[in-house]
Amino acid sequence: MFKKILIANRGEIAARVIRTCKSMGIISVAVYSEADKDAPFTTMADEAYLLGGPRVNESYLNVEKIIEIARETRCDAIHPGYGFLSENGEFANRCNREGISFIGPDSDVIRKMGNKVEARKMMEKAGLPLVPGLSRPLAGKEEALLEAERIGYPIMLKASAGGGGIGMQAVHNGEELLKAYDGNQKRAQMFFGNGDMFIEKLIEQPRHIEIQILADGAGQAVYLWERECSIQRRHQKVIEEAPSAFLDEVTRKKMGEAAVKAVKAIGYSNAGTIEFLVDKDKNFFFLEMNTRLQVEHPVTEEITGLDLVELQIQIAAGLGLSLKQNEIKREGHAIEARIYAEDPKTFYPSPGKITALHLPQGEGIRHELAVNESSSVTPFYDPMIAKLVVKGSTRNEAIDRMQAALTAYKVEGIKTNIPMLSEILSYKAFKQGETTTDFIEKHYKKTQLPTS
Amino acid sequence: MAEIKASMAGSVWKIAVSAGETVTEGQDIVILESMKMEIPIAAEADGTVKEIKVNESDFVNEGDVLAIIE
Repeated sequence: MFKKILIANRGEIAARVIRTCKSMGIISVAVYSEADKDAPFTTMADEAYLLGGPRVNESYLNVEKIIEIARETRCDAIHPGYGFLSENGEFANRCNREGISFIGPDSDVIRKMGNKVEARKMMEKAGLPLVPGLSRPLAGKEEALLEAERIGYPIMLKASAGGGGIGMQAVHNGEELLKAYDGNQKRAQMFFGNGDMFIEKLIEQPRHIEIQILADGAGQAVYLWERECSIQRRHQKVIEEAPSAFLDEVTRKKMGEAAVKAVKAIGYSNAGTIEFLVDKDKNFFFLEMNTRLQVEHPVTEEITGLDLVELQIQIAAGLGLSLKQNEIKREGHAIEARIYAEDPKTFYPSPGKITALHLPQGEGIRHELAVNESSSVTPFYDPMIAKLVVKGSTRNEAIDRMQAALTAYKVEGIKTNIPMLSEILSYKAFKQGETTTDFIEKHYKKTQLPTS
Repeated sequence: MAEIKASMAGSVWKIAVSAGETVTEGQDIVILESMKMEIPIAAEADGTVKEIKVNESDFVNEGDVLAIIE
């Protein structure tokens, strides 16, 4: 087993990984930017070292400095968390070359899954159903029109290297397609340095449902049920739950088994998530694979009783995976709400200094925190400051507990999305499980008066 | 003459226009980046860009003047 792990991340996920290191008796090393020098995760770790300036390329993306600290402090492994270097194949490769274990899959798999076109090709071969579309980049607008006719409108135009909804647009006819093509390509080129575009059939009333998998790369792989993450704003998840209220046992098993078969086919090792779009008739289509721990992993931990970070560390240390599919329990219902420092109406960021923080306590409540009662929320990083996770014996009980917890949750000094979260939880449509990915557009936005 | 101000702290991600350029109401002048989000700052009225006060990747505070339109 590893003796010392460096956590190449910040905020709540750094704190989360440090917690498991402690429970496993592993020494934890935090690294931080100047902007995070007073952040709670730096004092939780056994050791903490400054990386550099607040900008990500000076700090959390500064590969040389991270490797240097890992070497000097004699860490035998690096946990990348999510975001930053977690899905950077070069970094994974570099760690392993330095003799430091990267807690995640093989660099080659990371690279392949990071490219949407490549990932589609591989997963199609591995037997996962794909949204009807083209498995290669479009040659240009003319081909886009021809292919759109063949697939049938409405279609989704997407940037190959895209993320966070950038370079992505739904179009309903040829005229809209022509209008959307250049702009999205230009944005993709500007944001990702890659203007490759592809198209696929637009799935109507879609749900975002993902399967958590664990694999040891030596033939053993299991699925840890699903998470439904359909409630999104700006194509980013806001509320996640497990299990999904929409799936039946037959579909759940089909999706889980398809995911396991796929990860075995690509020789995957460690924790990973296969994201699917599920249509109104419960057909499911491969969306993408995330080759890391997900933000929303706690809801899976709550219903299975497992510690995903511990399992990641064990697999990376070469201890394999001893869990069998029939040993994985599914008990109760868990919901996670992401607390963002942002205006609840416009979704614009709201950096600033927290002046007061009150966290609700009670049965079934779990907190994952990036801040304390006097933290500054800086403009340099993601606006997520905390995750509120609740568990109940049923979905209704979990919803009731989440509503009560949100009401008691107080953050002062900055704006947060807590009012939005409370409102969503109160909707009849949410309680009835009508959680399609357009939920916020459909139910929330129209209730909000425009801000001045 | 109108000052285009930063609506929040962040860094200047892109400058979308250059001095002397004619702009229309609602046109993006500067795109700020804050908390991994790109926030376009638009012209509030038609006019001509008199001066751009910042450079790409500069850090700005809320209320800082980014450009002047006349």
